[in-house]
Amino acid sequence: MSALQIKKGSSKHSAYNLRPTFSDVQEAHTITVLVENEPGVLARVIGLFSGRGYNIDSLTVAEVDHEGHLSRITIVTTGTPQVIEQIKAQLGRIVSVRDVHDLTAEGSSVERELALMKVTGSGERRVEALRLADIFRAQVVDSTLESFIFQLTGAPDKIDAFADLMRPLGLVQVARTGVAALSRGQS
Amino acid sequence: MTRQMTGAKMVVQALKDQGVDTVFGYPGGAVLPIYDEIFQQNDIHHVLVRHEQAAVHAAEGYARSTGKVGVALVTSGPGATNAVTGLTDALMDSIPIIVLSGQVPTFMIGSDAFQEADTVGITRPCTKHNWLVKDTDKLSSIIHQAFHVASSGRPGPVLIDIPKDVQFASGEYTPRPKAPVGHYQPQVKGDLDTITALVEALENAERPVFYTGGGVINSGPGASQLLRELVEATGVPITSTLMGLGAYPASGKHWLGMLGMHGLYEANMAMHGCDLMINIGARFDDRITGRLDAFSPKSKKAHIDIDPSSINKVIKTDLPIVGDVAHILEDLLKVWKARGRKINREGLAKWWRQIDEWRAVKCLTYKPSETIIKPQYALERLEELTKGRDRYITTEVGQHQMWAAQFLGFEDPNRWMTSGGLGTMGYGFPASIGVQMAHPDALVINVAGEASWLMNMQEMGTAVQYRLPVKQFILNNERLGMVRQWQQLLHGERYSSSWSEALPDFVKLAEAFGAKGIQCKDPADLDDAIMEMLNHDGPVIFDCLVEKHENCFPMIPSGEPHNKMLLGDAKATNAIAGKGAVLV
Repeated sequence: MSALQIKKGSSKHSAYNLRPTFSDVQEAHTITVLVENEPGVLARVIGLFSGRGYNIDSLTVAEVDHEGHLSRITIVTTGTPQVIEQIKAQLGRIVSVRDVHDLTAEGSSVERELALMKVTGSGERRVEALRLADIFRAQVVDSTLESFIFQLTGAPDKIDAFADLMRPLGLVQVARTGVAALSRGQS
Repeated sequence: MTRQMTGAKMVVQALKDQGVDTVFGYPGGAVLPIYDEIFQQNDIHHVLVRHEQAAVHAAEGYARSTGKVGVALVTSGPGATNAVTGLTDALMDSIPIIVLSGQVPTFMIGSDAFQEADTVGITRPCTKHNWLVKDTDKLSSIIHQAFHVASSGRPGPVLIDIPKDVQFASGEYTPRPKAPVGHYQPQVKGDLDTITALVEALENAERPVFYTGGGVINSGPGASQLLRELVEATGVPITSTLMGLGAYPASGKHWLGMLGMHGLYEANMAMHGCDLMINIGARFDDRITGRLDAFSPKSKKAHIDIDPSSINKVIKTDLPIVGDVAHILEDLLKVWKARGRKINREGLAKWWRQIDEWRAVKCLTYKPSETIIKPQYALERLEELTKGRDRYITTEVGQHQMWAAQFLGFEDPNRWMTSGGLGTMGYGFPASIGVQMAHPDALVINVAGEASWLMNMQEMGTAVQYRLPVKQFILNNERLGMVRQWQQLLHGERYSSSWSEALPDFVKLAEAFGAKGIQCKDPADLDDAIMEMLNHDGPVIFDCLVEKHENCFPMIPSGEPHNKMLLGDAKATNAIAGKGAVLV
């Protein structure tokens, strides 16, 4: 198990993983956890993160299999490679956890987030907001004479970019769902 | 055949089905229906403790000394919160126990009812898993599942919170074989390729060492047997953590003694100097590793552990093998034998010569006294006078615990019950009660310090009530010895709050409870006094007045690596400095 034992596709930045295990580099990883949907299961997962001092950048959860009572929790977290490995191992220990996958490490994946943004204003600013929304394929889901609510889906950086553009145009409120993600392909 | 019964009856029935013979507990409003059922049967023996913390520690002692799951029963609110220390202790040391707690009825949950606490919320981080049962139909299968979770994989404590209305209501009882165990099925077989790679490393290593831990004990007597076979066959030196003592016999010729902060010089030097470290069921705890960046710098490290999260948690491992110790050792021996039982005899002989030089340092040497009982001497005599007997030792936490680990020899697993990970003062006395309940005819001794012992001294009532002949061997230095030692080492000998004032007269205290008390302060009387304790058929408090300012050596000062051990008092004052000062 030398450092040169190369594992293909173990990082999204390179085809090969040559990093030292205990590197200090902070990496963002999207981890998806399939859990039995029973009372307190979310508290177990969140308690693990707070109790052991891990970061949560975003978290989404909902039941995805009503008959099997399974929920999918998607967590975006940041840490050194060692911490990321620990997070996965610690999640795997939780009795109600069925499955843990590190989408960032396991090849390509699709990540999407939904955001609602309220933009107020009138005149030229209002027109500009509508024009930019069209470019970003954001939908108008509510409108008054002085405001819009846009609905936008996409990767988190697309939503960040749209919010940055809306800010000078009268962005007053943002609600985001956090990232939902699945691995690409058949598996 | 389906059987309808009340939730309370289900609890008792499920415990019987699981082979439980003893429950440690304390009644209260929210568990009255269960106590009523216990009253009406004779298969399960209920031991009334004097504090819920003691119920959990007693269950731990029972579990640790038998390999079975220990059971405690407590009421809601304060009963459950008192159990938290024991649960955390069991989690840290991977002890399989089940705590059944009462809860206010479901329709009152969340109303701040009398003796209500969010028990599953409070105990979530200190259990392996917990359940709040809201439906009587599910109660029995949850109890069966709880036994499975507590005892499989890396063992640990679980808690089942049972509201009072669920205990009264009737439901269908699910017998044990029909109960679904869920998806919790930890991996027990190790990866054969990595095991083969480890065998190859073992064949070639010049300076190998086995570093074993509590995982060997948890894996069962078979694991200890395989470990012994492996060590004898290969001739490789072996050391163990505090939790692993007894897996390999202290009288075995390859035994180096315990390692770690207060471990033996030869054990720590072997860890520092080895070229192949084989960790079997230990977890690179900070008491073991000392300074991480200087931990065993030249070795290839193999790590056998049933918990994947233990791998690479603090120390980078070259050969990680996830699985059960007994299964892996069996495969390891098979592969090693199949490949021709090879070992680097020449390198190993040289390694042993080096180890013998370290052994010659005689790191446990202390200054004897003819006027005052040295704590080390007291334990040497206890060892001498109890050796060869069917003996179980529990301890409290502190200097006496380390001296007990250094000076008592353990020949078999499950004979040594101590609070390792959490370091719970007050553990040893109730644990000794649990051990004695499991082994009524055995000699059970709690090696204690007077300060730790006072933390759960109310259990004298339990010991006397159930005629449990537990021997409380208190090394009384009228100090919080380990705290005082650290204040000497780190805080310029300012002994802030580290002495025991207003101590009771332990002999009178014993008598007040209806037990026997013995005090001894003269080394010349010690043997007779110990024999008097051993020969008394009943609980004894043995007040052994020892040297007040004795320090526990050898010691790796915090923040230092293994080869920077303190061997004696010469350099002790202010020995911990720099970055080490913030460590505990």
